[in-house]
Amino acid sequence: MDTSFSSQKEIDARERGGLGTERLEVAFGPHHPSTHGVFRMDVVLEGEKIVSLKPVFGYLHRNHEKIGESVSYLGIIPYTDRLDYLCSPTSNWGFVLACEKLAGLEAPERAQYIRVILAELTRLVNHTCLAGFLAQDLGAMGTPLMYAFRERENILDLFESLTGARMMVNYFRFGGCRCDLPEGWLQGVSRVLDAYSKFLDEFEALLTGNEILLQRTQGVGVLKADLAINAGITGPCLRASGVNYDLRKVDAYGIYSRFPFRVPIGEHGDCFDRYMVRILEMRESIGILRQAVREIPAGPIMDAKAKTRSIRPKAGEVYGRIESPKGELGFYLIADGSPSPYRYRIRPPSFINLTVLEEMCLGLTVADAVAILGSIDIVLGEVDR
Amino acid sequence: METPENILARLQAAFPSAKIELLPNGCPSQPPSLLLDPAFACEIATFLKNDAALRLDHATNVTGVDWPKEGYIEAVYHLFSMEKKHGPLIIRLRTANRDTAVVLPSLTPVWRSADLQEREIFDLFGIKFEGHPDLRRILMWDGFKDHPMRKDYVAPDDFEYEPTAHDDVLERAQQHFSKNA
Amino acid sequence: MLGTGIIRGLVVTARNFLGSFYDRRRFVTVFYPEQKVEMPERFRSFPFLVYDGEDAVRGLRCVACKICEKNCPPQCIYIVQQRDEKGKPLKHPAVFDLDISVCMSCGICVEVCPFDSIKMDKVFEVAESARFEKLLFGKAALSKSNAYYRSVSPADAGETDARLEEEKKAAAAKAQAAAQKKSAAQAQEPQ
Repeated sequence: MDTSFSSQKEIDARERGGLGTERLEVAFGPHHPSTHGVFRMDVVLEGEKIVSLKPVFGYLHRNHEKIGESVSYLGIIPYTDRLDYLCSPTSNWGFVLACEKLAGLEAPERAQYIRVILAELTRLVNHTCLAGFLAQDLGAMGTPLMYAFRERENILDLFESLTGARMMVNYFRFGGCRCDLPEGWLQGVSRVLDAYSKFLDEFEALLTGNEILLQRTQGVGVLKADLAINAGITGPCLRASGVNYDLRKVDAYGIYSRFPFRVPIGEHGDCFDRYMVRILEMRESIGILRQAVREIPAGPIMDAKAKTRSIRPKAGEVYGRIESPKGELGFYLIADGSPSPYRYRIRPPSFINLTVLEEMCLGLTVADAVAILGSIDIVLGEVDR
Repeated sequence: METPENILARLQAAFPSAKIELLPNGCPSQPPSLLLDPAFACEIATFLKNDAALRLDHATNVTGVDWPKEGYIEAVYHLFSMEKKHGPLIIRLRTANRDTAVVLPSLTPVWRSADLQEREIFDLFGIKFEGHPDLRRILMWDGFKDHPMRKDYVAPDDFEYEPTAHDDVLERAQQHFSKNA
Repeated sequence: MLGTGIIRGLVVTARNFLGSFYDRRRFVTVFYPEQKVEMPERFRSFPFLVYDGEDAVRGLRCVACKICEKNCPPQCIYIVQQRDEKGKPLKHPAVFDLDISVCMSCGICVEVCPFDSIKMDKVFEVAESARFEKLLFGKAALSKSNAYYRSVSPADAGETDARLEEEKKAAAAKAQAAAQKKSAAQAQEPQ
């Protein structure tokens, strides 16, 4: 190789305005399909290499928490649907759980089972979509995402026939659920589950062994366990880094202690582990769902003490958290005895999971940053609130 | 986990000159919180994180609360331990007042997870965190004045159209546009 | 061997492609608007007001109690109570506006209504050319008969009707008992 030629070329380039090693600042987003909504990254590039990356938030900010301070407790529930609009039942549950702690209510047995069924179905929806989106981000235009969406539709049909809405379910209530299961719904769940295990096998045949996916994700965006803990990363991203922390096990909220499921743990903390942990989690969710469908008892679905319309908790504060598909979703409420909370705060998992985005991307290329962002799994409705 | 009373006693022994207070919680099933002396906040936080019995390595929820009647803004930290799988311990810091002395020490050097959340508090409540690596507005845009999560924040009144007129929204919008006309 | 993973993936795509010609599970789309998917019983779009009988004004169940207005999270309902000539409030709304460009179809108004007068509709094709005025529904546009409600969601309407009938009977029985008691008391009085 003629080195003198290349160095001459570099000198020429520098004289022409320094194309050689000049740093280039790129506003990546907010209107870019791979930023999953209206998210922006201000990236500084040196050639193809990322030397600095600053996430910019707020394009979808609607001050959800301020709205919550002027709406009744009941009125907040439909707003929580719109936080993480891919998995509204878990957002509902997080808020309802916090309120139940505050007001001293407890959902009856049947409602608890319904909650678990809905939450795990939501996990299936979210993780399937994530795998599809990740493949889309890596350049697999359409196919895996469309397969994922096709299966997601079946679950959304279940949501619709139960709650009346496909995405904005507005279903859980303080001390129970809004309405009982329609006839034949549980059989519908069993049917979907049977099809789902087959679909997961197919999906894995399509993606997991694919050499392109492996090369693009393995060893990319490595997140070390101690940094992940310190940065408050939760959910599948944390478990992919090898930390065994699943709130369904740690807090065992609801009736999760009755379900013997395993928590998949990654080893390397790279994009592939984050993808794989989710695929394995879906298989565990199917197990939980089968057990829940088998064991669900008959009975009331609302706590007899519960008053939906005029809940007025006594002054006090509470922090309730659940394992949403994206991580630890917490609700911090301060009540002052009035019909709406004094302070209503959401601990959004996908927002906090972005804390170390820069560290994960440094030294890699733009294409890798897209893969990393895709594997973190954010929904901007929750990030910006 | 140890009770907050126990932790308080141990903290007072370790930091004799720091003023630490136990604040009761009105909700009986929920733990009380510890009000820390801002001057010692970083040391206490490091103590809580490294203490062998506590190991509170996971600062989950970091948020602000505005108390206009009492005349201060609070920063609230919910601490859990991923290693010991226990929690929460709630610690609070208070500013001296709401407009001139709104500086608190940043706990981001101790827990990275406070990074974005302290920026959010700065943006929405206006607490200035000393020692934060990158304290900028996060959800509102850079040129924005005021802090929208404060209780005395006045919402803008330049709505384009408000068909279902509630409260004084319509009136305020009309006033706004007649002023500008 | 390098490439086997890709080939396996291609087999999956081929199976899906060919399968979409004969397997219903792999061919899931419908040709909207020529074909339409049937909506489930509980599907909800926007609220409407139920009236009994034929007269949309006199049969309206709404009593203008404003509970839905207060509880509506995005504040899309606006109610003014009707008053008679002397200014005495009547149990009827003079204005009932619902801005469906604001409404988020949560169904809280239905849940809190103590008179079963507001229910969720199943009409979702409400696109309009004007952004504001045409999406503001007034009382006339919102009022729909109980027969219509029974046709769109039979199970829920049947349950509501049965409950209302029960309540009516109970109220009638109570009134009758009260009347009997009163007449009995009157009969006793002269003694």
